[in-house]
Amino acid sequence: MLLTLLAATAFGLVRVRNLFAVVMLAGVYSLLSAGLFTVMDAVDVAFTEAAVGAGISTVLFLGALALCGTRESKPVHTPILPLFVVCLTGIALVYGTMDMPPFGDASNPVHHHVADHYLEESEHEIGIPNVVTSVLASYRGYDTMGETTVVFAAAVGVMILLARGRRRTREDAPGEGSASPPTGGRSTRETPR
Amino acid sequence: MREEIIVRVGAKILAPFIITFALYVHFHGDYSPGGGFQAGVILAAAFALLALVYGLDEVQRVLPPRFVRGCAALGVLIFAGAGVATMALGHGYLAYNAFAYDPAHPEGGQHYGILLVELGVLVTVFGVMVSVFYLFAGRGRREDPQ
Amino acid sequence: MIPVAANPLAQSLAAQLQIAQNLVSHYNYWVVIVLMMVGFHILIARGNLIRKIVGLNVFQTSVFMLYISLGKISGGTPPILAGGVGHGETDAHGAAEGAHQAAEVLYSNPLPHVLILTAIVVGIATTSVGLALAVRIREAYGTIEEEEINAIEAEAGA
Repeated sequence: MLLTLLAATAFGLVRVRNLFAVVMLAGVYSLLSAGLFTVMDAVDVAFTEAAVGAGISTVLFLGALALCGTRESKPVHTPILPLFVVCLTGIALVYGTMDMPPFGDASNPVHHHVADHYLEESEHEIGIPNVVTSVLASYRGYDTMGETTVVFAAAVGVMILLARGRRRTREDAPGEGSASPPTGGRSTRETPR
Repeated sequence: MREEIIVRVGAKILAPFIITFALYVHFHGDYSPGGGFQAGVILAAAFALLALVYGLDEVQRVLPPRFVRGCAALGVLIFAGAGVATMALGHGYLAYNAFAYDPAHPEGGQHYGILLVELGVLVTVFGVMVSVFYLFAGRGRREDPQ
Repeated sequence: MIPVAANPLAQSLAAQLQIAQNLVSHYNYWVVIVLMMVGFHILIARGNLIRKIVGLNVFQTSVFMLYISLGKISGGTPPILAGGVGHGETDAHGAAEGAHQAAEVLYSNPLPHVLILTAIVVGIATTSVGLALAVRIREAYGTIEEEEINAIEAEAGA
């Protein structure tokens, strides 16, 4: 049922024209999917999705909207071709699911490779009850480290993209270090233009 | 929104609880859902709330952009450093058994290792989220008066 | 189970039941596909860059849902061990034999959860890069509509 609600929200995302409403609907969508994750036993994921999707991501989208305006022009093309492409892809994917094992069956192959090991041995080898945490930080520590690095790299990317305007005139801002607390930050923010 | 007294007081009351909750989520991540990623995001959300209500300058006075940028880098360093530390203790990279104080139960070290790397994740995610938020919000305000 | 195999009628009935179950059991995947296609449609049919990023997010979330669906076991519980902490083995039925424990309490597969957990955070980070790009494009071109940007580019080129 949540799934159906989710689908409804998604269609709302397509229909609504005001970008502000779109962003809010995206937040609702995230929250609903967090509920869905809870139903599907992924409490950690649900937690993350609720905090990230409905919290931070909405704030960031709103920040971007404040910069870009909420107006969206009418699409110039007829949506027929994209719709056709989408339907075709969807049919191909549905055809693909025919080979998928049934939902929720404990004998699915996905559950019998390393997952068993994690569930059975985690208690001895790691000694903490939350298997998700133990897999995240210990068994797959390299993975997580790589992902932390990716997050950091993304932040560097945003800084390169957005902090630049602040330094357009280099002489008045020797390094962004001058963006130090109150006065420095304020003065550099007013300089460019 | 800066004149709304209910919002201001509400945010002021809520923020410490959100921050405490974030720490709980982090340190209790071994036993219940949670961990560094969630805690970092929640912590960032607390400061985003304060910034939305009290204005960016106020929050940046507490949490200068330079500091959060440092946080983002420091977290990765903590994570990678944990690996180096285990190597220095004679184990493999990120093999937390090295941290065990009782050799009979090498898995005891896993607990500290996990907390340590999760702390790295927390610091990075927090730093990244807050600095990205600063960038978007700061840019917006600079252009407003124009 | 054995008498069913012996009786051909019951066998075919069981097969039909299996098909019906398949239909029900794939409902989840199909909704995921619908969501994915909605995101895809937003992505290719809309010209607004922010809307495109929202579409990308919808797409991404649908992939998350697919993974989590794969990890779900009917009747399972979240993968947080019920036996308590560590090597203490306080529970008598606990991990005296670890192999049997998974059979006693059915846990959902933790592996997809881990992958998706990190993917969500990486997703928001990359989304913020996308938004930053959109902001920069807006500053450079004064618009975030793809068509208008193309028109400006064409003018500049001509």
